Amino acid sequence: MPPERASVPIYRRLAGMTPQMVLVPTILASVIYVVLFSLWTIWISLSQSTLLPDMTYSGFDAYFTLWQSKRWTVAFTNLFVFGTLYVLGALAMGTLLAILIDQRVRFEAFWRTIFLYPLAVSFIVTGTVWRWIFHPQTGVELALKDLGWIGAKFDWISDRDMALYVVVFTAIWHASGFAMALILAGLRSVDSDLIKAAQIDGASMPRIYRRVVLPTIWPIFVAVAVVLLQFAIKTYDLVVALTQGGPGVATTVPAIVVYDLMFQRGQIAEGAAAAVMILLGLVCVLIPYGLWSSWRQRKEGGKHG
Amino acid sequence: MADMTQRTEFDPLATGGKGRQRRARLTVYGLLGLFAAIYLMPAVIIFLNTLRPLEEIVRQGFISWPGSMSLHHWSEAWSSFCIGGTCEGVSRYFTNSLLMAVPATALSTALGLVNGYVLSKWRFRGDAWVFGVITLGVFLPAQMTLLPWAFVLGKLGLSNTISGLVLVHTVQGVSFTTLFCRNYFLNVPDDLIKAARIDGAGFWRIFRRIILPLSPPILIVTVIWQFTGIWNEFLFGTVFTSGANQPITSAIVAFSGSGTGERHYNVEAASVIMAALPPLFIYLVGGKYFVRGLTQGAVK
Amino acid sequence: MSTLEINDLRKSFGAVEVLKNINLSARSGEFVALVGPSGCGKSTLLSMIAGLESVSSGEIRIDGHLVNDEAPKDRDIAMVFQSYALYPTMSVRQNMTFGMECRGIAKSEQEREIQRVATMLQITPLLDRKPGQLSGGQRQRVAMGRALVRDPKMFLFDEPLSNLDAKLRIEMRSEIKKLHQNVGKTTIYVTHDQIEAMTLATRIAVMNKGVLQQYDTPDEIYRRPANMFVAGFMGSPTMNFLNATVVQGRMLRLEGAEGVLLPLPENAEVADGRSVVLGVRPEHFSPLVARRSVRKGLKSVPIRAFIEMLEPTGAETILMGRVAGQQVVLTCEPDEAPTENVEAEFEIDMDRVCLFDPDTQVRL
Repeated sequence: MPPERASVPIYRRLAGMTPQMVLVPTILASVIYVVLFSLWTIWISLSQSTLLPDMTYSGFDAYFTLWQSKRWTVAFTNLFVFGTLYVLGALAMGTLLAILIDQRVRFEAFWRTIFLYPLAVSFIVTGTVWRWIFHPQTGVELALKDLGWIGAKFDWISDRDMALYVVVFTAIWHASGFAMALILAGLRSVDSDLIKAAQIDGASMPRIYRRVVLPTIWPIFVAVAVVLLQFAIKTYDLVVALTQGGPGVATTVPAIVVYDLMFQRGQIAEGAAAAVMILLGLVCVLIPYGLWSSWRQRKEGGKHG
Repeated sequence: MADMTQRTEFDPLATGGKGRQRRARLTVYGLLGLFAAIYLMPAVIIFLNTLRPLEEIVRQGFISWPGSMSLHHWSEAWSSFCIGGTCEGVSRYFTNSLLMAVPATALSTALGLVNGYVLSKWRFRGDAWVFGVITLGVFLPAQMTLLPWAFVLGKLGLSNTISGLVLVHTVQGVSFTTLFCRNYFLNVPDDLIKAARIDGAGFWRIFRRIILPLSPPILIVTVIWQFTGIWNEFLFGTVFTSGANQPITSAIVAFSGSGTGERHYNVEAASVIMAALPPLFIYLVGGKYFVRGLTQGAVK
Repeated sequence: MSTLEINDLRKSFGAVEVLKNINLSARSGEFVALVGPSGCGKSTLLSMIAGLESVSSGEIRIDGHLVNDEAPKDRDIAMVFQSYALYPTMSVRQNMTFGMECRGIAKSEQEREIQRVATMLQITPLLDRKPGQLSGGQRQRVAMGRALVRDPKMFLFDEPLSNLDAKLRIEMRSEIKKLHQNVGKTTIYVTHDQIEAMTLATRIAVMNKGVLQQYDTPDEIYRRPANMFVAGFMGSPTMNFLNATVVQGRMLRLEGAEGVLLPLPENAEVADGRSVVLGVRPEHFSPLVARRSVRKGLKSVPIRAFIEMLEPTGAETILMGRVAGQQVVLTCEPDEAPTENVEAEFEIDMDRVCLFDPDTQVRL
């Protein structure tokens, strides 16, 4: 540091700090929220807490109890089935809708608005409405009977083996517009010369999409899949409104277990352990994705530079 | 990512022979129409059931054309329907949700704008770390924060208050808004800031005169995104408030979740639509920005 | 009117030193061009003068007053950016008054200044438009107008013409020159275009890799470049560098198969047997048939060059060929040009050549 630096008046140095000062509240809040709260929950998960916090260290007891409980293992399995079907279903549906809309259809905004509106509706409303439709006493089954088909039976929502697929269907209804919007934006970003070239090569439209267009936008599919996986892992409201995790534990997911353990059964430590497991699940999805996308960016940057 | 602009040079449906064209067009519009019907069906069903008398719903179920219609159930849902022991209709919970979502949206957006401005235009040592910690908040699952929040809200005397929910949503929302705004402001040329500094403008004047006038696009995206997200949120509302202080999402679960007692499907349907209306209205008015927020939020 | 002094200025970003020990001074009213290839540090130097970058060590003085730690607004300078940096949401008028507004200058005074500058730059009809509605040339004018209204001590230009097309660039170049002659403010002008530097500046600072190579008048820089970098950077086509050895006391032998002998320039003091680099500008070759040296009474020597390729540009023809096996580029008038793949005779104007040390690259 040269000597003239020291002579800068204090008020001017403070004025120079304005940008950092402005950030202080947010930094404080974020550090408390992100770092402190996470550590706090992790700590609870390692303690003996039950109904009330008891910060005596008890190692990984809560985790053992959690993994031994049937409820949790079912929830965990459900999440796998639900997550896989939901992500694949929403991607497939989104791709189909995006391709249909990409055919330069008239009133494009109208179609887009219809397919995307479920995303603006809360999971609670979505779940409530579809429960009425799926419920045998109010929905499809009753309507079929009313039409004269007395033996009609459609009770997936109260069937232990089928209820989870009702959740999957509803979740796809809610999210496929989201996938459509992103994939459509991707389709529109494909260089139209590429498609012209493929047409001159004699490829049919389905083949152009399968071989030329979709492969060039595959990173978008990865991005959408990651976002959807995140939704899936955090899924809570939809199941609460649709099936409340039932019948029995047929549609229970980890987030529901967390809520029950923490606020219904007074097993705070075990609930915290379940929350930590959800965090770990997210980490398993997001960290590889983050590494992958920054690796890809570096590679692309290297190509251009 | 670019907006969904129409590709003008290329029209796949206009290629090939006349017959093939007609068949392709029929398939495309046929499929679009079918899917549109599936997507719209729940909304139509629920709306029609707000107009039907209760005994008709109980007898025929939801999926049936109304025999007689009345708007009466809407006013009942709004002002006199009994939820959780209080018979004030959903108006009370609707107001709660407004009192929660509006301030939380305004606060988190305002903070996000300033944070984004600092993090994109006033770089300092360690700014990447600060940005990193703030954006981690976007991914942190709510379950990890439930117990600490419950404790903090208790200590602050904000348990079971709307203000408590405003605080929770503001802190959580700042992560989103900062991320959105910073990424948007990165596209504002640095030369503008330099020119303004040479012109003699300081930190706040540059914000007010240069950055804010350039902000409406991101401002609309952020406000739509925050408001929709906060209005539709359920977990925090249900954990940190109860009874008459709950937001509308929790109230809906409260009346429709419990399978006991006599059901008032028509009134419930009207309440459900009321709970869905504000975000839907915003979506219909600002659809373009809604999609833009989506693409930004997802891909960044 | 004001002066600029830069003493022992250094700038480093982390471990990378981007400016090394710069010393530069501009007299009041001078037009200084900072020129060099991209990454040479010229824009960083300008930003430091403006106060947009901090000083690592050394001092910057405006009118003798140390400004190292002064904010840009306190330095009373104006700057024109390469991107123009017009505020997109403000009208042209607001763009121009923003600086005065920040300084709390009265509205009536602002209006008077606007009228004065708008008339001078002929942008009065544009005052109520937004920058988005202007053409490139008009934006350029508005950017200059914004710099002119405040009547600052000093103008800073950061490659202001590089976003314009070729024709407009030449027009604006002469306008900037006219403007400087009228206003007479001290001006620092960054460019990578040596022609801009030559035509505009009263003095040119040539920079490379963070080091100031030479600071002198355009004529001196062109005639007596300090080193091979300056010699090569200024002038187009670039100067020819030929390897040679001093022999027989007063002669130069060009290296290569034929071993051509040339007389040393008169004032050159070099020892016998030493290797040197002979620098000859393309226009200092002339075809023997043109008899330019006879007409102009220059001292020249004839050599033979094998011409491999012609590039006619209209006004002059560029010849690429070999002298004593070494690659050379020469220019001549189109009607004097020989044909391709012939050996032609040329004269070298020996009063204008430069000799460089092949190791240090400094001019001898």
